[in-house]
Amino acid sequence: MTGLASAPGAVAAQAAAPRSGRRGSSDPRPRARLRSSLWALLFVGPLLIGVLVFYIWPIFRNAYFSFTTWGAFGGATWTGLDNYETMLGDPDFWRAIVNTLIYVGILLLGIPVAVLFAALINRPGLRFAAVYRTAFFLPYVAMPAAVAMVWRIIFNGDFGILNYTLSLVGITGPNWLSTEWFALLSVGLVGMWISLGFNLIVLSAGMRGIPPEMYEASTLDGASRARQFFSITVPLLSPSIFFVSVMTVITGFQVFDLLYALMGTQNPAINQTQSLVYLFFAHQQAGDNGYAAAVGVAILLLVGAFTMLQFRMQKRWVTYD
Amino acid sequence: MKKKTLAFAGALAVSALALSGCASGGGASEAASDHKLKAEISYAFWDVNQKPAMEALIKDFNKEFPNIRVKTQITPYANYFTKLQTQGSSNTLPDVFWLNGPNFQLYASNDMLEPMSKDLKPADYPKALNDLYSWDGTQYGVPKDFDTIAVYYNKAIFDEAGVAYPTADWTWDEFHQKAKAISDKLKAKGIYGVASGLNGGQEVYYNSILQAGGSIISEDGKKSGYDDPKSIAGLQFVRDLVADGSSPTPSQLSDTPQDQWFINGKSAMIWSGTWSNSEFLGSQVKGSIAVAPLPKGERRATVIHGLANAVAKGSKNKAAALAFQNYLGSKQAAETQAKMGAANPAFNGTQQAFVDSAPWDLNIFESAATEYAFPYPISKNTAAWNKLENDLLPAAFSGEQPVPDVAKKLAAEMNKALAKEQK
Repeated sequence: MTGLASAPGAVAAQAAAPRSGRRGSSDPRPRARLRSSLWALLFVGPLLIGVLVFYIWPIFRNAYFSFTTWGAFGGATWTGLDNYETMLGDPDFWRAIVNTLIYVGILLLGIPVAVLFAALINRPGLRFAAVYRTAFFLPYVAMPAAVAMVWRIIFNGDFGILNYTLSLVGITGPNWLSTEWFALLSVGLVGMWISLGFNLIVLSAGMRGIPPEMYEASTLDGASRARQFFSITVPLLSPSIFFVSVMTVITGFQVFDLLYALMGTQNPAINQTQSLVYLFFAHQQAGDNGYAAAVGVAILLLVGAFTMLQFRMQKRWVTYD
Repeated sequence: MKKKTLAFAGALAVSALALSGCASGGGASEAASDHKLKAEISYAFWDVNQKPAMEALIKDFNKEFPNIRVKTQITPYANYFTKLQTQGSSNTLPDVFWLNGPNFQLYASNDMLEPMSKDLKPADYPKALNDLYSWDGTQYGVPKDFDTIAVYYNKAIFDEAGVAYPTADWTWDEFHQKAKAISDKLKAKGIYGVASGLNGGQEVYYNSILQAGGSIISEDGKKSGYDDPKSIAGLQFVRDLVADGSSPTPSQLSDTPQDQWFINGKSAMIWSGTWSNSEFLGSQVKGSIAVAPLPKGERRATVIHGLANAVAKGSKNKAAALAFQNYLGSKQAAETQAKMGAANPAFNGTQQAFVDSAPWDLNIFESAATEYAFPYPISKNTAAWNKLENDLLPAAFSGEQPVPDVAKKLAAEMNKALAKEQK
């Protein structure tokens, strides 16, 4: 779904692996160390160049453009803090922050669900475990646009399956995707459903790392399944849960494609539902590139702040070892 | 002044060449270009429905210019102008490309376009379209097609509801009464009197504003017309249709697009343009469709809009690109498009083939163009205030806020956006 999520393996391993043993380079000789780091650079180089050109450089360019008014075909004029002044006085901006936070909140609520499902499909001796895992993972690898098409049909106010089902029990459902608040809730639920697959795979991998002796020993001591889940599974899984929640916050802040594909640009509720990235898009479309760049900077700062907060808080609840 | 003299001299030189050049162009292109010209050019457009027609045009063009290879680039409309703008910024625009009214001035004023080929004669196209694609006295795009708006209606639904068909001289009141009667009568089946797009003004509210005697933007493109009481009356007309259930709400129209209501027999009428023709021809309600002119308010009115083929100023194969533009602007190209039902061609006198492409009366669209059409409202940065319209008007149509309040707010914001353009 996002660039960041496409290479989760490396970060996952880092966050989820128990930190044990000595850290740092094992070779004390300086020359050899230099040579080995040169080799390392050689291997990382191609990727590093890509990251520099396509991620780091645009961040600085974007920050620069946020202080300018930018013509349709380039040609930026320096306008100082004008864009930020407009942004902070724009009710749409504050509403977009609220919407984005609510969306992130809904996605975070999906994590306990993912932990529960992960525990269920990792029960020893469960038949067709691979089938379940694939079924949960499919929405994550499906194209968001294709997923959105299906959900649009389900949520359709006049002809959708959801409202038809509700009508059977005498409830008249709203226009889910074009009514204020309902739209945000609907988009959030679809986002949660998509992210379930990714979270489930990461959490399953984490669960495999829990030594089976722990469960055997606690069974001998007479612990119930529920007790085992809360006293062994959850604490030992906390590094994975931490990783998943960091990723969720980042992807949540970047929500755009789902919103765009589910609601469209002409939706009467889009202004009350738009995320920060959508706001960026809308202003960019209207030729207001400088303002859009300022929104981009705001997104970067917010994601940075929330991720830092999460890393600070991890000491309170994440157990390594 | 000097520029003009030069251009005139150029035109003379070109026409002299044309006279001495081949006369075997078959009426298609009398371009002075070298028919052995060898080049590869790109042609960008967005409508996949028109791809077969565009390919037929390229094939015919290659009969005259066998060594020019035209590569098509199709980008869906939603991304077309984003992509074009990026290409413009890096001076890699396609050699020849479709442009529409709202975007034209942006490209022309930023010096992205080559003036229209001198071999093409503006007199061959409707004046409203020549004006649409002129900037500072120079015409850049050659009109490709045009569309006006009329009412498509489903006779079967009118019969079922026992409502008389529209007449050619009907009024707003009659229109509203019929829509309401059908909605009331067929409510149990979920059928509405009218379902028309309320997002973007071209299909409905630009027309109703003009019919009420109002305007969207002043003629010099510097001031919004939304705070004019007549414009407000035009918006109120649309709100009234939603208010009493003659039309679905903006929310419903967002969930299910207007054309879907109509082709699935869930609405009796739709205000739409010539571009809907091919879709309706392929729909299940094809057999019961008829067309009526837009109802009359204070006066008769429709907006007229059309696409144009433009050549990029930065094109590296300008001679080939202009030769292709020449061909696209020719009578023969217009007739090909019309016959294939792709679009209503802009070349004067070639519309008959298009009119014949449907069993319903497409002449209504043609006479609307000559009798009561108003140019599609644009300015240098049309997208900026189109966003404002999309942001603000749904609340007026859905009844969340009173129409006059929204209209005045829209006018104020739009005036701010227009003032920015002047800088």
